[in-house]
Amino acid sequence: MTDTIEHHLTDALLMAYSAGTLPEAFNLTVATHVSMCDECRARLGAFDTIGGALIEDCIETDVAPDSLDATLELINNPAKASEPVGASRASDCILPAPLRDYIGGDLSAVKWKPVGMGVKQAILPTSKEATARLLFIPAGAAVPDHGHRGTELTLVLQGAFADETDRFARGDIEVADEDLNHTPVADIGADCICLAATDAPLRFKGLLPRLMQPFLKI
Amino acid sequence: MANRVLLNRPGQKTVTTTKDEENQTWVQYVALIRDNGDREAFAKLFHHFAPRVKAFLMRSGADASLAEECTQEVMAALWQKAHMFDPTRASVATWIFTIARNRKIDAFRKQRRPEPEDLTWGPEHEPDQADALALQQETDQLGHAIAQLPDTQRELIEQAYFGDLSHREIAEQTGLPLGTIKSRIRLALDRLRHSMK
Repeated sequence: MTDTIEHHLTDALLMAYSAGTLPEAFNLTVATHVSMCDECRARLGAFDTIGGALIEDCIETDVAPDSLDATLELINNPAKASEPVGASRASDCILPAPLRDYIGGDLSAVKWKPVGMGVKQAILPTSKEATARLLFIPAGAAVPDHGHRGTELTLVLQGAFADETDRFARGDIEVADEDLNHTPVADIGADCICLAATDAPLRFKGLLPRLMQPFLKI
Repeated sequence: MANRVLLNRPGQKTVTTTKDEENQTWVQYVALIRDNGDREAFAKLFHHFAPRVKAFLMRSGADASLAEECTQEVMAALWQKAHMFDPTRASVATWIFTIARNRKIDAFRKQRRPEPEDLTWGPEHEPDQADALALQQETDQLGHAIAQLPDTQRELIEQAYFGDLSHREIAEQTGLPLGTIKSRIRLALDRLRHSMK
């Protein structure tokens, strides 16, 4: 399926993910897209290589005199259980592993909350600098026309949607900034499920969605 | 194959440099740790990389004692994860960078770091020697290309990786307009891509 992806991550996002400077919600979205997209995985590898080259060129800072012994001690007596090994691609799952981690299961484990017009959402637990949420848009339905104060990433997990710029299908990611006002509409063929990350509240143009915004937390 | 979009080029030269040989040596040491729990190999890796990891963490804003503690944890993780290292996908320096970066996010920001899921190859996957050699050489070449960047571009890349800063924060610190920072970084990446062709 990776061959069918047409909308990829930008260099700026891949570099910031590699450097580790993105908010957690964006990290989750980038990790989920890379899990689905071999091209972005390869580009990410190149950015990690830049990080490695920079570390290689660092002017060395002296470590403590007993540093090596203390490290060997750590190896012999690990203070805490080592991190879990990265999960492998499971063919019978709809969602990639990093997302399943945050949900605590596959799509069936999502706790949806209705937000009107058949649209449902589930906010995922990340740090407060940005918000990650799953969006369920019924086939043929629209998300209200909105603009952005910051950056919004929308990754399609199932179905497809189209807005004023293009059509986005499974694996595609739309990177929207302050200049874009859009009304995403789900394809008629299937319900659309997306992972959306925003670093600032969305700006809805209609009066009703704006009144509801504080309650919906979007 | 990882890293090939930026790094791939036809008619690759096969000249080995001292740096290449060094990269190969680090790869062998990681294998010795994995297969034999070789302390001598570990001590050599530690001697080379621990002071660099500590410098990286301090440039990222850690004080000396936090940087020391995290450096020891990063180097211990190298031992514990030696079986997961794949020399066809990363050099040892690149791999250590990713471990140090994740430790930094965990320790500085108290956040989880979502990682992409692993590609499906079984534990029996034996890395191909030629692939591993090609990757170590490409890594070396990228290092050279970064060293050749104009100072204004290289410094911005370093700040983006080490400073734990967003472009907006770099703009505030350097007084450069955001657009200038973005275009300089773009120029730097174009230059790196060009030099890898």
